[in-house]
Amino acid sequence: MKRYLIIRLFQSLLAMLAISMIAFVLSHLSGSPVDAMLPDDAGPEEAERLIRLWGLDRPYHEQYLVFLGNALQGNLGDSIKWSGQTAMGLVLDRLPATLQLGGFAIIVSTIIALPIGVLAAVYKDSPFDSFGKLIALLGQAMPNFWLGIVLIWVFAVTLNWFPTSGRGGLANMILPAIAMGWFQVAALMRLTRSAMLEVLDSEYVKLARIKGVPEWRVVWVHAFRNAAIVPLTYFGLIAGSIFTGSVVIETVFAWPGTGLLAIDAIRGRDFPVVQAVVLTFAGVFILANLIVDTLYAYLDPRIRYR
Amino acid sequence: MQDPSSKAAPEAMISEAKPSLARAIAGLPVVPVFILVFLLIIPALTADFLAPHDPVTGSIPKRLKPPVFFGGTWEFPLGTDRLGRDILSRIMHGAKVSLSISLVGILLGGVLGTALGLIAGYFRGLADAIIMRLVDITMALPSILLALVLAVSVGPSFQTVIAVVAFVLWALYARQVRGEVLSIRERDFVARARVSGASHFRIIWRHILPNAANTIVVLATLQVGSVILLEAGLSFLGVGIPRPTPAWGLMVADGRQLIVSAWWIAFFPGLAITLTVLALNLLGDWMRDKLDPKLKEL
Amino acid sequence: MGAGATPAIEVRDLETQIDTKLGLIKAVDGVAFTVDPGETLGIVGESGSGKSITALSLLRLVPRPAARIVGGEVILDGEDLLRKSEAEMRKIRGRHISMILQDPQTSLNPVFSIGAQVVEAIAMHAKGSRDSLLKRAIEALRHVRVADPARRVDDFPHQMSGGMKQRVVGAIALGSSPRVLIADEPTTALDVTIQAQYLRLLKDIQAETGLAIIFITHDFGVVARMCDKVAVMYAGRVVEYGPVREIFVNPAHPYTRALLKSVPTIEEDVERLYSIRGQPPAFWDMPRGCRFEPRCDVALPHCKQDYPPEFTDPGSGKTRHCASCWALEETEWTRNRS
Repeated sequence: MKRYLIIRLFQSLLAMLAISMIAFVLSHLSGSPVDAMLPDDAGPEEAERLIRLWGLDRPYHEQYLVFLGNALQGNLGDSIKWSGQTAMGLVLDRLPATLQLGGFAIIVSTIIALPIGVLAAVYKDSPFDSFGKLIALLGQAMPNFWLGIVLIWVFAVTLNWFPTSGRGGLANMILPAIAMGWFQVAALMRLTRSAMLEVLDSEYVKLARIKGVPEWRVVWVHAFRNAAIVPLTYFGLIAGSIFTGSVVIETVFAWPGTGLLAIDAIRGRDFPVVQAVVLTFAGVFILANLIVDTLYAYLDPRIRYR
Repeated sequence: MQDPSSKAAPEAMISEAKPSLARAIAGLPVVPVFILVFLLIIPALTADFLAPHDPVTGSIPKRLKPPVFFGGTWEFPLGTDRLGRDILSRIMHGAKVSLSISLVGILLGGVLGTALGLIAGYFRGLADAIIMRLVDITMALPSILLALVLAVSVGPSFQTVIAVVAFVLWALYARQVRGEVLSIRERDFVARARVSGASHFRIIWRHILPNAANTIVVLATLQVGSVILLEAGLSFLGVGIPRPTPAWGLMVADGRQLIVSAWWIAFFPGLAITLTVLALNLLGDWMRDKLDPKLKEL
Repeated sequence: MGAGATPAIEVRDLETQIDTKLGLIKAVDGVAFTVDPGETLGIVGESGSGKSITALSLLRLVPRPAARIVGGEVILDGEDLLRKSEAEMRKIRGRHISMILQDPQTSLNPVFSIGAQVVEAIAMHAKGSRDSLLKRAIEALRHVRVADPARRVDDFPHQMSGGMKQRVVGAIALGSSPRVLIADEPTTALDVTIQAQYLRLLKDIQAETGLAIIFITHDFGVVARMCDKVAVMYAGRVVEYGPVREIFVNPAHPYTRALLKSVPTIEEDVERLYSIRGQPPAFWDMPRGCRFEPRCDVALPHCKQDYPPEFTDPGSGKTRHCASCWALEETEWTRNRS
């Protein structure tokens, strides 16, 4: 188990390193990053300062090391659009809002998707199963931004049940969470259903029934504990896509998180902020996967005891 | 007597009956094919001469006309947008964009991923290790963010979107094809070809690739839908197809602020995306069941 | 053998249907037998003969919704299990009638410790503190000769060998001391030496507890070693039934004879092992007459027309020796009323 987790940790660091490299390369793709980073009215001494700060007068691999060193200290430069603020500081200010909405969406989608997936497998080919299939098909076909807009139109404007946008109480989170989570609900549900179908067909489920174990216990303890491993492996992926989805959803619902920040930064060509968002999101994504791997080892003794 | 392969085993029959039952329900690709043909392929191919109006230039006096059954006229069946452009014509031209982006992107990503997957699976060793690490890293990269960065550094364009799509897709192909190749290369006909002195290239091209073709085709079909969603999302955010090209995602973005007063501007393009992707997913599922049942829940 | 005692389990005219894409088939068609306490009945047949569905029917665990028990009686303790509610049935499973499955590799739940799985089997039918249940679980494991059971309870299935896992499955099946045990080819997946040990273990437990065992197998060698009587199944029906010695010495049905001929023996120097020609009939395309007729060496013209009635050997004792074959009409065997 220790060995397994150490390997995973090492792989995560490797991935993070690769992402930092990509971020670095991209910042050089459009010529000198200084041009992109400097406000239009900046003087030459300003450029000089930046060039020294980023070590742009040195060879590329040295530049990268400087960039990496700065990044490790959380220093990705100052924002161009929001003067006087550091890129990382802006991202960290906005991160709680994104984590709040994303976390809420993940929890709600899991609570909805797992039971539907399990029951769809238990009552395979029943009307309930077809209903689940319909939910899944729609979820995987509707673009989340459009779903968000339609939800606002119907439930916020026409019916006036929820606020249209902005951050606030629980009511503010419901529509964005639906728009964000429906796709994930669909994916989780399908995974759970197919995993459950396989497990319900297994010999150990048969043996549990032979023992006289009640059906609810057969389904939720014997089968589900095994089937849960499959959707869990995808959970990191799902968490990651919820967070990248926040770029779109926060734009639609004017939710003041990192996603909205990223879009604003892009429109203002605020490269340090974009870089900070990318690295932060990648970090969250990789961290989520690491947590999943740990949980996975806990749920599956075959890994735990390796 | 101890031959377990007898055909009459009822247990075997039950398990055989399962996939076909599921197939019958999820199956019948008539509806998806119908939707695809009429919503994606025909509009895309005929937009240039069948679209009733010009998709880019509108007429301001005719702006914000509602769809025909909501107080509008047959002149603009799905209404007009803020610049007086015909929504129907724009959706038809948008089909062209969606179709070409997904075809070119999948082709590019598919060829790249397949080639790397073939190399990794066939030669194993160092090449395999490096390629698979790259796959892991690519899959850990959030695609939208990558597109954002690319859009900032080189500017949004058709090519940028294609590059993002190809970059997102190659890893999945590489992984699946590699897995397939690992099992194919152990089969007799590959050993026979090797003994008879065929070159590596010939073995890969003539013996391994044809046997991995099903996987590749199924993957491609399953992905068209998600590529259309990705492209729409990028365009919606303003980092995909640049204006004024009529792309479905852009059209939704254009109508976003007017959703209360002129809902049709954002609603119909989004509906077009939904129906198209729905049909593509159904078709992909059906293809997978038919051609390659091993590829479960991708 | 409890001669004269009431049987531990009695099955009459059991019928189970399976709904397949090719139509409704009768996987079990009028199967009947009795097993006394301390006695072992072997059910023998090729795969697909309906043996396993018969076993699952006794527990009312046929794969739903495709399969359905449509007729017959399964009498245990004077009560018909087929008339019980699902809740009542649940209390009977494990407690009165239990089962060992074929493949120990997949029979144990990979995510629970074996201790937890044995404890659960006991806790389903007994009350007690965690500690006392664990003690009983350790006892049950010791009973099936798991070495050092107090330490092994924390192990997970993947840490055990196949033979050891099958013992744990045995401990689970026998955890609540049932009176009837169905063993569905429990040794097929084990190594030969482990097989012998396991059969010995079952025999010893049976001698100790008076367990009635229904032993499903396709291996006549195992039948000779384990069973007191035999039911030979073909295409969903019992074609021959009788004491094991009678069946071996004096097989009456051509199918039984063919099966026995295809068992390799050390004494005889056979050039080529006998194999029955052809395939068993498809369930959805059953012959109108005798189901073995297409493969039978001694078929009469009559066999194609009607399914043969059951004949009994007048010389047989308490356990009657019967078989369903038209060829017996010309012998001293007596035709049973149907």
